[in-house]
Parts: sequence; C-alpha cells; structure tokens
Amino acid sequence: MRPIVSPKELNDLRDRLRAAHDPNHTWVQLCAGTGCLACNCEPVAAAFRQKIHDEGLEGVVHLKLTGCHGFCERGPLAVIQPQGIFYQRISPDDIEAIIDQTIKHGKVVTKLLYRDPASKTRIEKAEDIPFYKKQVRLVLRSNGHIDPTSIEDYIAFGGYSALAKALTTMEPERIIDEIKRSRLRGRGGGGFPTGAKWETCRNAKEEPKYVICNADEGDPGAFMDRSVLEGNPHSVIEGMIIGAYAIGSHEGYVYVRHEYPLAVKHLTIALDQARELGLLGPNILGSGFAFDIGVSRGGGAFVCGESTALMASLEGKVGEPRAKYVHTVEHGLWDKPSNLNNVETWANVPLVIEHGADWFASIGTEGSKGTKVFALTGKICNTGLVEVPMGITLREILHDIGGGVPGKKKFKAVQTGGPSGGTLIVETRDAKIMRSMEDAGEISPGDAVTSLLDLPVDFDELTQAGSMMGSGGMIVMDQDSCMVDVARYFIHFLIEESCGKCLPCREGLRKLHEILERITKGQGAPEDILTLQEISETLIDTSLCQLGGSAPNPVLSTLRYFRDEYDAHIRDKRCPAGVCRELVGYAITEDCVGDAKCAKVCPTGAITGGPRNLQVIDQSKCIQCDACYQVCTFNAIVRVKRDRAADVQTTARQTWKPVKERTQAEARA
Amino acid sequence: MSQNTPMPERVDEIIASYQARTTALIMVLQEVQQEYSYLPPEALQRISERMDLAMSQIYGVATFYKAFSLEPRGKHLVSVCTGTACHVRNSQSILERLERDLHVERGHTSTDREVTLETVNCVGACALGPVVLIDGKHYGHLTVGAVEKLVEVIRQCPCSVEH
Repeated sequence: MRPIVSPKELNDLRDRLRAAHDPNHTWVQLCAGTGCLACNCEPVAAAFRQKIHDEGLEGVVHLKLTGCHGFCERGPLAVIQPQGIFYQRISPDDIEAIIDQTIKHGKVVTKLLYRDPASKTRIEKAEDIPFYKKQVRLVLRSNGHIDPTSIEDYIAFGGYSALAKALTTMEPERIIDEIKRSRLRGRGGGGFPTGAKWETCRNAKEEPKYVICNADEGDPGAFMDRSVLEGNPHSVIEGMIIGAYAIGSHEGYVYVRHEYPLAVKHLTIALDQARELGLLGPNILGSGFAFDIGVSRGGGAFVCGESTALMASLEGKVGEPRAKYVHTVEHGLWDKPSNLNNVETWANVPLVIEHGADWFASIGTEGSKGTKVFALTGKICNTGLVEVPMGITLREILHDIGGGVPGKKKFKAVQTGGPSGGTLIVETRDAKIMRSMEDAGEISPGDAVTSLLDLPVDFDELTQAGSMMGSGGMIVMDQDSCMVDVARYFIHFLIEESCGKCLPCREGLRKLHEILERITKGQGAPEDILTLQEISETLIDTSLCQLGGSAPNPVLSTLRYFRDEYDAHIRDKRCPAGVCRELVGYAITEDCVGDAKCAKVCPTGAITGGPRNLQVIDQSKCIQCDACYQVCTFNAIVRVKRDRAADVQTTARQTWKPVKERTQAEARA
Repeated sequence: MSQNTPMPERVDEIIASYQARTTALIMVLQEVQQEYSYLPPEALQRISERMDLAMSQIYGVATFYKAFSLEPRGKHLVSVCTGTACHVRNSQSILERLERDLHVERGHTSTDREVTLETVNCVGACALGPVVLIDGKHYGHLTVGAVEKLVEVIRQCPCSVEH
C-alpha cells in the first residue's frame, strides 16, 4: 500500500473503505482471542471456511477473526452481522445450522443463543444480555468488530482520525492541556494523572525523550492489556504517537510479556502496517513529525511491571528496580526523560482527542473519569472481560454483570490489585467480618458500616476505604477458599518474583511465608499474628520498590477481615474452608449413592465399598488429593477436621441406606 | 528445531541480526533459547565473546528471567497454570497429581527427557480454569480425576513442543 501523506488522503481512504462495505453481505465475527482459542475456536473457524466454500458463498459471507469479545465463559462465540445475532458455545457441528438457517434464511438457531439463568429466556442480541447491558465499552469499542491484523478495518472504524486531528490542528501544549482537562488517570493501578506526567516529561531538559508502553501484565487473573493488544493494537499505537508528539519524543517502546505470543504477533503486524502507510516513520501524515516504535519481549519477570525495573530490562539488563526519588520522567530509559503509561491508558488517548476532554470528563465520578476494564475471574458465573464506567458499584459488577458466585456457594471476597499490593473487597456488613474488624480495632461494636461492595469504583474512594483499584484483575473467592492459604499463596508468588536486591523484601517475605506455612499446617502459635503484622510493617516502611512495599497487603487484608480463620487454624487446628491439606480429612457421608466414582479416581486405592454400597475411605491410605471430592456429584464427600473424619464415617455406616430403600421411604412419606 | 546450521554460526547469525548491540542481550538469549530449547553453555560463551559482555553479566540475566533455562528441556512441555483464578479452583491438587503420575517434580525434567513439568503464573484463559498446557495446547476445566487422561495424552502424543 502507498503511504498516506496528508490527513485528507487518510479521509479519502476511509471513505473508499466504507463505500466498499456491502450492507447486503454477511459478516461472521468470530472471537479468536486467547480465551476462545483455548476453548477450540480454531476448528470452528475451519468449519466456517469449509462450509462457506462448499456452499459457494465466498465473497458474500465473510468470516472475520476478531479480538476478545469479553464473554470468555461462553466461548467459542460469534456475532452474525448485520443482524447482530450473538451465538455462544459454538462447536464445529453447529456451523451447518448457522449457515443454512441464519445466513441463508434469516432464522435464528435458538439453541446457540445465550440463556439468561434469571429469566430463563434465550437472548438474541449481545446488548440485551445482562453481562453486556451495564457495560460501557469505549476502550473495547472495536474489539470484536475489527480484524486486528487489518489496518484498513481500524481506519474504516474511524481509526487514526484522532492522530490526524492532533497533528494538524493541535499544538503539543494543547494536547497536553486537553489530556489534563479530561482528567485521565493511569490505568496500571497507580492512578497518576496522565496529563501531568506528560507535561513534566515535555518540560524535562534532556534529549532524546522516550515514550514507553507497559504491557508487562504480570498479575495473575488479569488480561485486560493483552486483550486490547490482541484485539485492537492500533488504538495503542495511535495513542502512543499522539503522546510522543505532545511530549516531543521520536522513539517509543512497547514492553510486552513473553507469555503473550498472540499479542506480540498482532502488535508486530500492526506496527509494520502503520509504517507502510506512513503512520509511523520520518514524516507522519506529512506533518514532518517523526516517530517509531520498537517491541521488546519481557523475559518472564513479574517485577519488570515496575517502571524502573522495566526500563532496566529494556536496556538488556537484569530487571532490578531502583529508588524512586529520581523520577523516570526526567531520568528514565538510558537516563533520559521517559514517559511510561500502560496499555489501557494509551488506548484511552485517541478517545480523548477525538471526542474532546469535556466528553471524556462527563463519564465517571468527580475524581475518576472515563471507564475501567476489569478481568472478572475465579468463583464467578460469567468469567470475562468487562468495561464499566467509573462510579459503578462493585456489587453491580459482581452480581449484575458477573452473575454472582456459581453453585449456590457463599461469596467470600474479591481480590484486586494482583499479588503485590492486592487487597480484599468483602461484604463488610457480614457479622463474622464485622467481628474480625472489631478484633482488629477498626470499628467499635454498634458502628454503622457501609458495605465495601456498595463503594463506587473510583481511585480515591477505594483507596480511602483501605482497598485499591489495581490494574483490573478481580478474582472472586467463595466459601471454599481459605484466606490463610490465599495469603500464603500470594507471599509464595512474591518470593519467587522478588528480585532480591533489597533485604526487607528478600528476607521478610521468606519469614512471612515460613509463618503462614506453619499456620496452614496446624503448627501456628498465637504470637504468630503479631509477628506477621510486625514483619509486614517493616516491609512497607523499608522496601526499595512497590513490589516489597505492598507485598504484605494480602496478609494484612486477610488478617483484618478473616481473623477468625487464622484463629481456627492456630487454636483449633482446623481449616474452615477445607483447603489446608494437613488439617483436613476426607469422609463419605450417608448421602452416598454408591456409584463408586470416587473409588475409581482414588490414586491410592483408599476408597472401597463395592458397587451400590456405601463407600468408605481408609484414612491411613488417604493422601488428601481432593480427587474424590471433585468427582462426587451428590456432595456426599465432606472435608472436615482431620481427627473428625473417622467419626463422620462411623455415623454414615450406622445410618446409610441403599438408594432403593431411600426412595421407597420417601414415597411412603 | 532447525539445527542444520552448526551452533557457533547460528548464534553468530542471531547476534548479527541485532547488530551485536549489548542492549539486545535479552532478545538474543530468547532466540537462542527458542533455537535449542535451552541456553547451551557454548552459546553463552559465544555471546560473551561476540557481544563483548562478561559471562557474569550474561549469567545474571539468564538466571534472573523465568523464560530462560540452563538445562535441556524434555520432549513435551507440561505447564500447569497456578495463577490466582486457577489456584482458587484448586490447581494445586492437579499439579501434585501430575507430579505423582509423571514421576517428575515441578520445575524439572523427567530422567528419560520425555517431560518437563513447569508452573506458569497465568495464561489468561481464566474461564477454563484450572488449566494445563501440553505442548502449547490448552486443557481446561480439569479435575484431579481427569489427570489420568492427561497423562495418557502426554505419553501417546508423538508430537513435541516447538520451543
């Protein structure tokens, strides 16, 4: 393709692309994000191609592989355009029906529609599904509509018009002013005002200046940035070019996690296309402004998400952070002024420029503007990627969009902010949690407590309540999650990821882990709680970077709300959730129907009983591997305190009746 | 694996494609790792000479980042996701069962060089949790009981992972 040398040529190209779009054609927008690829969308795509070929529909029916649609729980999924019919859990066998009925005859294939569990009705359009209804998709606006490997698609959807506007009608200072007025804040979790950061970097004396995109999304359970890079890489590139022009930079880098091969691939394709069209290079859109972007794949180190460690890694060094009193906007990459923002922040920039600061600032709350993308995972019905306006409550996200906790289990907590800095958001009006907070001296008996779940999503409100927005990962936990185990898990994660440069983090985390592990093994002592708190405070006060400084949050946060669980482990040698292996015993109750599924999966042959008979676990052979618990569909297997397991089984032996007798008794009653 | 070109020449090619810039060290190591599935000592020596970097600096980088391995990997790569979402869905018990059934500890390669068992922090396929990747293919919604079938998949799969 020939380079575009002026905004007018860009407009002409857009007009031509739009005119070529035949409204009578059918587009199958099949999600091919990592989530859907994992649940086998490739065979579905192959079946579509084959059927389109067999029916001679090429040129009339187009298969478009798009980025993430967000509703990962229901993948593989596709939207049939122009009707906008949303099909989910598609298998290759369903393609025939979709083509024959929907595409040829305009009839909906009912069994592939989403069924709303509340109203028990099938829903045809995505926008009517509760999961999508409360979302405001701005950053993700084109995800699911465009082919991420086609710059034409992005341009046809209005892409690069913000860049054209910025380069031709706005001075760099005006752009910074616009970003400042929009009150866009960093989406990586810190919430630092983006405009102010740009201004400081622009005013820094030294040259050259660098712009960097942080795509080292290391928090487990968070895949917002990956989905944006995979599904709409040009939106990030466009944001970075605008930012570079405003700051006065001619060189940019995207630092992306090596575990994201598809994001790297799509980003690289997008950069090549942008270069070919002259949207990157020596003379962007004929404005005389020069800028280009390089891609750097991370080496798989969590700490490199920290800005100074990331810059060290970009320089080809070990990713150790340095003290923050020297600001990276003045002395960053190669000691030069460097402006780093995360993927989602960059993707917001074209929106602000195109629609104006006033429009952007009209969305959200007083202190937090625009939207935020969250990855909703864990014990939640609708796992997926959601974009909501700031100010929405967590209850709405979890209940209305997320569909609540599956399997009638009780909600326990949401973890936000990842392993480092992560805190818990809980139902603070729960009686048990209130008691725990009283013990911690945070509230007095009789105090009116507002539920954390009713707090609006807002940087300041969440921080004020002792929680945090985080980068966007939200992991839901239910009654089956042990909070001491969760704290131990996070600390273990951080031991592996601590760079080891400063002592508090390197040694403090090990000590915390030792104590937590002891507690989960039933060897805890009452004074351990105080030691945990003291080490935590030392880490917060003395660690070199935020990884260590916020590492104790999971410990302090679980201690604040779930003190009773710590006490149960320490005092009663009991794990209430039944997770901590050394404290738990497995037993089979009188609810056993005798299908012996458990006996089949038991790796040590500990379960005996024979068919249609009560199954019994030999406690001396049981290794607490959880296999039987997971396989039993009658909830007949229970996880109890280790020394009670034998008693439960004795009771079962005395009261158990074969299923036949049970049904007869029920019939008589 | 394209091991047609002998090692020093292939490593030189990789170094040359980055103009031997010292800042490209991580990317050079990534390509070497991709080529040989680990970082052979001779390759590191060559990088040290050609890029004029001390072995200690190369070794520092190679051991700091999780993506690098100084030991040869097995024919099959089994990665158990231990991200938070998978953890709360009991990935731990699946990992333990795999260790037991494959006779290999996490982070290690079996003595017959058939299988490397590793953990990953998150593969971002949380809807499928708990997830295991076998040679890059996802196996989701796993239970401990399903591990037996997974082991069969690994044992019977003639393909090997492209590192």
